Amino acid sequence: MKVKVIVTLKNGVLDPQGKAIQQTLNGMSFDNVLEVRQGKYFDIEVKESDESKAKTQVEDMCKKLLANLVIEDYKIL
Amino acid sequence: MKSSVIIFPGSNCDRDMDVALKKFGFKNQMVWHNDDEIPKSDLIVLPGGFSYGDYLRCGSIAGKSKIIKSVIDFANSGGLVLGICNGFQILTETGLLPGILQQNKYLNFICKNVFVKIKNKENKYFKNIKKDILELHIAHNEGNYFCSKDELKLIEDNNQIAVTYCDQEGNDNEANNPNGALKNIAGIFNKDKNILGMMPHPERMIDPFLSGEDGSLFFENLIGSL
Repeated sequence: MKVKVIVTLKNGVLDPQGKAIQQTLNGMSFDNVLEVRQGKYFDIEVKESDESKAKTQVEDMCKKLLANLVIEDYKIL
Repeated sequence: MKSSVIIFPGSNCDRDMDVALKKFGFKNQMVWHNDDEIPKSDLIVLPGGFSYGDYLRCGSIAGKSKIIKSVIDFANSGGLVLGICNGFQILTETGLLPGILQQNKYLNFICKNVFVKIKNKENKYFKNIKKDILELHIAHNEGNYFCSKDELKLIEDNNQIAVTYCDQEGNDNEANNPNGALKNIAGIFNKDKNILGMMPHPERMIDPFLSGEDGSLFFENLIGSL
């Protein structure tokens, strides 16, 4: 089955890319954009039919590789 | 004294480091990332570069490569492990050093000479260096050191800050911070001071005709203290 994961920067962690995107959007006349936070999205195909088993495995992957918990949070969709 | 430089796909300062180590008397060997074991060494170096194309996060893939288990075992047994630039990023990704190197605050790749202040000389890396301020070279896009407040307190309480960015007089304030690093941190130790990660490249400052010689002071001290 396929498991989807989103990794985002924790609140309060500086996101210079997000800031640059926000400023560019403002410059393109999207004046009401107050903040942009950039993240990562993963589509992971796991050879496992049991959804909860697959998600437990993906959670382990998030903690060990996909996210760096010093600055990032992950969400399994 | 024997040293080993680990080569990852995308390392590009490995040979500079080899030249520097040999120049100051190390018997250096190059070790491929896919090997199981590191030959007997007094020092292991993780060199600069762009291991695995900086995919996912800088140093994250190299931090899980086959050779890393041996590096971690060596470090945990008290062996000297030095990570320069991408090597520093790899050390944080393995958890051997706290924190992480984020993208530079102003999104620019920085390539220039900087001054760094030695903050702790009670270790083998800086023990007998007479100068307090060194001129070294930096070249990175992700050198913005960050860690949580709790971690920073531990780092400061244990005197783990190795070097900070400063000006020629040693003022390590925000005006002399090239990349937004917390507390101007350019390099840190682990608690026991046998592991050092730093963004500046001492191996690029070993020849007065090419650059400068403050890197020579670093390597002379290192081989002298082993």
